[in-house]
Amino acid sequence: MSSTAITPAPVPLGRRIKRFMADRPLIPLIILLVILVVILQLLRPGIVNERWIANTIKFAIPLAILAGCQTMTMLTGGIDLSVGTVATMSAFIMATQVVNQDPAVAFLLAMMPAVLIGLVNGIGVGVFRVHPLIMTLGTSLIGTGCLQVYQRTVIASGAKIPDFLAWLGTGVTWGFPNALLLYVPLAGLIVFTLARTGFGRLLYAVGDNERATRLSGVRYWQVITALYITSSVLAGITGLLYIGLIKAPSLSLAEPLVLPSVAAAVIGGTSIFGGRGGYTGTIVGALILTVLTTLLTILQMPEGARRILFGLIVLFVTAAYLRIVEDK
Amino acid sequence: MTANPLLDASGVAKNYGAVAALRDASLSVLPGEVHALMGANGAGKSTLVKILTGAISANAGRILIRGEARDIRSPAAARRAGLLPVYQEPSLIPDLDVLSNLRLTGTPVEPFRAWVRELGIPDLDLRETARDIPLAVLRVLDLARALAVEPDVLLLDEMTAALPANLAEKVLDVVRRQGDAGRAVIFISHRFVEISALCDRATVLRDGATVGVVDIKPGVEEKIVELMLGTRVVKTHVAARTAAQKAAPAPARPRIAVRNLRVGTKLNDVSFDLADGEVAGVVALEGQGQDELFAALAGSIKPSGGTIEVDGQPAKFSHPIDAIRAGIAYVPGDRSEALAMQRSVRENIALPFSAALRNWGPIPMRRERATVLSAIQRLQIDTRAQGEVQRLSGGNQQKVTIARWIAADARTILCFDPTRGIDVGTKQEIYLLLRELAGHGKSVLFYTSELEEVQRVCDRVIVIFGGRLVDIFPVEEADEPALMRAAYGLPRGARADVGILADPSANPSDSTSANASDTPEAAP
Repeated sequence: MSSTAITPAPVPLGRRIKRFMADRPLIPLIILLVILVVILQLLRPGIVNERWIANTIKFAIPLAILAGCQTMTMLTGGIDLSVGTVATMSAFIMATQVVNQDPAVAFLLAMMPAVLIGLVNGIGVGVFRVHPLIMTLGTSLIGTGCLQVYQRTVIASGAKIPDFLAWLGTGVTWGFPNALLLYVPLAGLIVFTLARTGFGRLLYAVGDNERATRLSGVRYWQVITALYITSSVLAGITGLLYIGLIKAPSLSLAEPLVLPSVAAAVIGGTSIFGGRGGYTGTIVGALILTVLTTLLTILQMPEGARRILFGLIVLFVTAAYLRIVEDK
Repeated sequence: MTANPLLDASGVAKNYGAVAALRDASLSVLPGEVHALMGANGAGKSTLVKILTGAISANAGRILIRGEARDIRSPAAARRAGLLPVYQEPSLIPDLDVLSNLRLTGTPVEPFRAWVRELGIPDLDLRETARDIPLAVLRVLDLARALAVEPDVLLLDEMTAALPANLAEKVLDVVRRQGDAGRAVIFISHRFVEISALCDRATVLRDGATVGVVDIKPGVEEKIVELMLGTRVVKTHVAARTAAQKAAPAPARPRIAVRNLRVGTKLNDVSFDLADGEVAGVVALEGQGQDELFAALAGSIKPSGGTIEVDGQPAKFSHPIDAIRAGIAYVPGDRSEALAMQRSVRENIALPFSAALRNWGPIPMRRERATVLSAIQRLQIDTRAQGEVQRLSGGNQQKVTIARWIAADARTILCFDPTRGIDVGTKQEIYLLLRELAGHGKSVLFYTSELEEVQRVCDRVIVIFGGRLVDIFPVEEADEPALMRAAYGLPRGARADVGILADPSANPSDSTSANASDTPEAAP
C-alpha cells in the first residue's frame, strides 16, 4: 500500500478494501454494528439515546464475558458449553446462601462449583482427551442435576439478591453502567493475557499445532486444565453479575446465553478450529448480537419468526465476515 | 529372453510443480519372473509404483500390459488390468472383520483361506476384527488377499519388513512360486539378501530415471550400488573443513551416551556416543529405526530398553520437556510437525520460552524481541512474510524450526533430515550453521537421506540398518559408495563376491542380524 508511484498498477478498489479489511478485521464488524444501530434509529426514531445505550451495554456484558470463555477455549480448538450451567449455579447459590451467610462466605460457596467443574472439564479434555463438546456438555448436565437437588434443600430459606450485585448489575452512574467497573478491567485482562503472556501464546499455539507445542516442551494437560478453570471462573463471575441484572434466580438463568456466546465469538472472528481469533472481535460480536435482539424485538414479530430471522442473520453475518476477512 | 513382457512401462514422468519426481522411468517385467525395483531414497521408486497401481497418474509415458496400451487411472483400473499392489502399510480397514474386508474388495473367500494356510497361518478366524490382528499377520493377510484374485503382476513393497522369520520364509517361498506359475512379481526391497535369493532381474532407478536393468547373479550387488550412485561414485572427497580439523581433544565423558537402546521392534540394541563439538551423522534407508532413535532421544516416545546418559547422568525422558531441560532439542523432518503455521515467526521461535508453567505470565517483550531477532539474523531468515509462518518458503520455515533452538540455546540439536525439499542455497546455509554450532561446542546428531551431505557436515557417521547400528565410520572413509553399501547392510571392506550372495538359501529374515554381526563393530 505504499506510494509506489513508479509502477501505478491500479489495484481495483474492491481488492483494496478487501485487503484493508483483512488487515484490520475489527473494522467490518464495527461498520456492521453501526449499520444495525442506524437501522434501529430509522425504524424507531429517537430510540437510540443515552438510556438505551446504557441498557444495551448492561445486557451485552454478561454475554461478552461468556463469549470470552468461548473465545479462549475455541483458540485451542475446544468449546465450553458448561458456562451456562456454571453461571446459573453460582448465581443460584449466591442468592440462596446470602440469606443466612456472610456475603463473602456466600461468594466463596458460589464460586466452588465453578472451580470444580472447570477442573473436571480440564482434566477430561486435557488428560483423558474427551472431546470438549461432549465433556462440557456432560459436566453441564451433571451440574444442572446437582443444582436441582440443591434447590430442594434451600426451598424453605428463600432467596435474595445482594444489594451490591443489584447495584453492579443494574446501576448507572453518570450515564455509565456500573457493570463496566467490573467488565473493563476484566476485558483488558483477557486481551492482555491473549496477546502478551506466555499462557495466551500457548492457547494459540496449542490450537494451531498441538504436536509442535509438545515438541517445544509444552505439557498439553497443564494448558488445558488452566484454561477450563479460567473459563469456568469467568462464567461464575458472569452468573453473579447476571443475577444482579435479572434479579430472579431460576434453574435456567444463564442457559439462554450459551449458544449466543458461541455465536458472538464466531462472529467476532475466532475460528472454531483453533489458533485464530481474539477477544476484541468477540466484544463487538456480543454487542452486535445484543443490538440485533433489540431490533428483532421491536419489529413485533411472532417469537418463531424472530428466532428464524435471528438464526439466518447470524449465519449470513458469519459467512460474509469470513469471506471479507480471509485474504485468499 | 524372447517372451513378450507382461508389463512394459517406458518414458514415465511425473512432475509435482517444478519438481520432477520421475523423469524417464522404464520397467519391463517378463512372465514368470520376480523383478526387483531398486533405488536410493528419493530415486522415484514409490512414485513409479503409485503410477503403476493407479494411485496417481503420470504426466508422460506409456504403459503396456500384455502388449496393449492401458490407461491406468485409478486403483480399480489397475486391478482390472491385472496389477495388484501390497503396500507396506496394511490396507485392511481396522474396524471391519476380515470377512467384510474381503467382501469390500470382492475377494473370493476360499482361495483366500487356502493362501492364508499356505502362508503359514493355519488358524485364522475370519470373524476377527482387523484391528485386533497383529501387524505381521495383517501383512500376510494383505498378501493372501492379493494372491486370491490371481493378478498377472503382483507389486510387493518391502513385503518382509516387520515379519518374523518363519512367516518371512513362507512368504518368500510363495513369491518365488508365483514366478514359476507364469505370473510376475515386482519386488521392492532394501535387502540384497532377499533380492539375490528371489529375483531374476533388477531395474535400478536414480534421480527419477531408469539407469540400468541387471540380471541377478553373484557379485552383481557392486554393480547395483554403482548404478544407484551413478557418476557420483568418483566425485567429491572431504571438502576442506577447518572447523572439524581443530576439533577439541576428546572430552573425558560424552555429552550423550546411548547404550543398548531398544524401541519396540523397530530399534534394537543401539549404542553410541555423541561428544560436545561434533556433528554425528546418521545414515539409514527409510524406516530402519532412525525415526524411533530420534524420537526416543527427544523424549517423544519411551524406549523399551537400554539407557541414555546425558553428561554422565542417566536420563529418563517421559515428555519432550525432559529432554529440553537436559539441553536436547529435536528438529523434526516434517516442518508441519514443528510449526504453528498460522502464528508469526516471532511466536514460533519464542514458543519454548513459554512452555514451562512459571513462564506463563507476562512476556518480557523487549528481551524476547532481541533474542528472536538475533536468531533470525544468525539464520538469515527472510522475514518479509513473518506475520504467518505458512506464507514463508519451505527453506525459511525450516530455518525457523532451527532458529527456535538457537534462541533457546540448546546444547544438543537432533536434526532429522533438515534439508529435505529445500533449495540448494538454504541447504548450504544449514550445513554452515551446523558446523558453526559444533565449532561453538554444541553437539549435533544429523540424520540425512542425502548421502552427499555426510561429508560436508559430519565428523562421524552412524549407519543403521534393520533397527541395528551396523557401523560407525570416521568421515574420511565415509564416501558415498561406502555409505550406500553400509546402508544396505553390506559389510564394510568386502568387495565383489559377498558371502550372502553366494548362498541364496540363507535364511533371509535372519539376514539383518547376520549382517550386523558380520560387520566389524566399530568401537565408539
